[in-house]
Amino acid sequence: MSIAAHLPALQVVLPLISAPLAVLLRRRDLAFWMVTAAAWAAFATAIQLWLQVGASGTISYHIGSWPPPWGIEYRVDRLSSFVLLLVSGMAAVMLPYARTSIEREIPEESHYLFYAMFGLCLAGLLGITITGDAFNIFVFLEISSLATYVLIALGRDRRALTAAYQYLIMGSIGATFIVIGIGFLYLTTGTLNLADMAGRLRGVESSRPVLAALAFLTVGISLKLALFPLHQWLPNAYTYAPSPVTAFLAATATKVSVYVLIRFYFSVFGESLVYEHLPLPQIMLGLSLLAMFGASFIAIFQDNLKRLFAYSSVGQIGYISLGLSFDSVHGLTASIVHLFNHGIAKGAIFLLIGGIAVGIATPGAVAPAPTFDRLAGLAKRMPLTCFGIVLGGLSLIGVPGTAGFISKWYLILAALEQGQFWLVGAILLSSLLAVAYVWRFVEVAYFRAPPAGHVARKEAPLAMLIPAWLLIAATIWFGLDTSVTVDTALDAARQLMGKAQ
Amino acid sequence: MLDHFGYVVTVLLMVAGLFIVIARGNLIKKLIGLSIFQTSVYLLYIVPGKLIGGTAPILSPQFSVYSNPLPHVLILTAIVVGVATLALGLALAVRIREAYDSIEEDEILMRDQIANSNEGMNA
Amino acid sequence: MKHDLVLRVIGKLLIPYILLFALYVQFHGDFGPGGGFQAGVIFAAGIVFYALIFGLENARQVMPDRLVETMLSSGVLIYAGVGLAGLFLGGNYLDYFVLDPNPVHGQHRGIFWVEAGVAITVCGVMLKIFYMFASRGRSE
Repeated sequence: MSIAAHLPALQVVLPLISAPLAVLLRRRDLAFWMVTAAAWAAFATAIQLWLQVGASGTISYHIGSWPPPWGIEYRVDRLSSFVLLLVSGMAAVMLPYARTSIEREIPEESHYLFYAMFGLCLAGLLGITITGDAFNIFVFLEISSLATYVLIALGRDRRALTAAYQYLIMGSIGATFIVIGIGFLYLTTGTLNLADMAGRLRGVESSRPVLAALAFLTVGISLKLALFPLHQWLPNAYTYAPSPVTAFLAATATKVSVYVLIRFYFSVFGESLVYEHLPLPQIMLGLSLLAMFGASFIAIFQDNLKRLFAYSSVGQIGYISLGLSFDSVHGLTASIVHLFNHGIAKGAIFLLIGGIAVGIATPGAVAPAPTFDRLAGLAKRMPLTCFGIVLGGLSLIGVPGTAGFISKWYLILAALEQGQFWLVGAILLSSLLAVAYVWRFVEVAYFRAPPAGHVARKEAPLAMLIPAWLLIAATIWFGLDTSVTVDTALDAARQLMGKAQ
Repeated sequence: MLDHFGYVVTVLLMVAGLFIVIARGNLIKKLIGLSIFQTSVYLLYIVPGKLIGGTAPILSPQFSVYSNPLPHVLILTAIVVGVATLALGLALAVRIREAYDSIEEDEILMRDQIANSNEGMNA
Repeated sequence: MKHDLVLRVIGKLLIPYILLFALYVQFHGDFGPGGGFQAGVIFAAGIVFYALIFGLENARQVMPDRLVETMLSSGVLIYAGVGLAGLFLGGNYLDYFVLDPNPVHGQHRGIFWVEAGVAITVCGVMLKIFYMFASRGRSE
């Protein structure tokens, strides 16, 4: 057997196996190495797949050697290889961080459980991305979601429990909507394979079950990706989850949901159906603007740093869905690039906030919530952490030289293409809101005197700083060198819109 | 109406389940509603899968009409997922009850608000 | 319920047959309705029945927590192992055709092990859930 031919299967199977092994081994060090090794292997696999797809085009893998549309097909194209890269890369960076971080956040006897659930969550997210089968998407979605609920509930605060419960209810409703949508598609086309489905849908495009399927899928996936009015679960979940979990979720879970939405819109329904028969672009545009302004505005008034950036995530997702509403190659490119860039930047920021939580804790005690009054004058004690957050914040604003600039540039390009000059103004104006909430942190951390009688604070442990700074460096790198991100995203967008060169 | 009996039941269950999830404040009742909602989807798949007069899809010279087995397999998976979700939800409800001494949503929210304002005062 | 004579006698009579029936459903799954999922649930139901009549502590001696957790994960590993076996024998992942020189026998063999894995995991999960809820509020 040659390994290269089986990479698509191994991509999902390795993390999937690591989870039960972690439970079986029980010892937390063994569990850690098991899952970490699997995550690194998955990252290596994703890089290899990305190169293969770049060189020789879409890969199709037949599980059980049953040819599609009968069997389950794993399909790696430009877009999915790009998302695989993001998800597995984030897991590979964050697991070493988690080892140090959860010592203070999770009781020791649950550590193996944490690693097992992390492995499952990773396997689920990779599975959603790689599979070419509609029902398989649902199964993997639920695998990752169930693991996520457990991970959030591991948080020390009792509010983590209610946050996990709330997410469970909303997430299950979302997933059930998705199954209903898939069910309608299955009833109309008689197939579950996405590519096959797309072909069969061409004949029955605007029939009512298909439109109903589109509506159910849109609402269900929007719940999962926290599109503005459906984002209620997100702030609490991000705020009370253990910090590596928050970082991993912010960087990957919502992004994979965006991927699913793009996949269904462009690969299954086709743009003519999505953009012509229903007022979806107008709705998308409106909700995106609401997210960009509303959520960012709420973010400014948060006292808890984690919650502030959670709301900022909702706002940033607005930019991604804004790109989708354009129905143009540049708009789609902007979405794909931004889901990557924002994933990295937000992941880095949440990792650093986890470092702050450790830094301001009295030794041996549970880490307190990173509220602003506890952060005064922090920059003197934790210069690297604070500087990192500022750099990540610059990327959220979209300052040239950071990754966030690239995505906004393409958004503006797409808006100009369609002659919507007011949108350019809206994008710039909403960036000002990002300036405001990032500035709140800068002001407190750099210009306020530390409170009298504060606890001794020192820089976060190196094991936590290095992964976070790796991601910050990546944010800068992808802001300066766009050959990886933009080229892949442009290719993927052209492939999706059927405008390959 | 009678032709679409299966669909009518499906829709009724779907709406009833979703209504319970939204309208009830009790965490256990919400989970019951969620289960009903998910069950309606099982029906949505199973009902069109059955062919009246069709038999199990095992090749045999005596039969020519077969029911589609795929929906059953899919829904078996969905049932497993539903059970797992329900179990996890109940486990969370048990732990919430231990932490808050209540499983009513409004009481939990009230206790959280009190905790939040205390946190603000200590700072 | 510990002193309920009728329940104890009937329980003792029935439980072996419940477990046996689980095995029947498991192995007959090739030819008729049945399979790993149902078998696992029935087996777990037998143990739950035992726990209800003879008490949780006794049940935990028959099926200790460690065993349940091992079952839970090893079942998944058996399933994944069948998939990997297909890989090593030259097929794709979860390819049963290559498990035996005769492809039809290969399918048979593959589904046998997969169902075994499913049964073990399902039984483990069911018992784990039962233990989790049953022991809540007693030990603490």
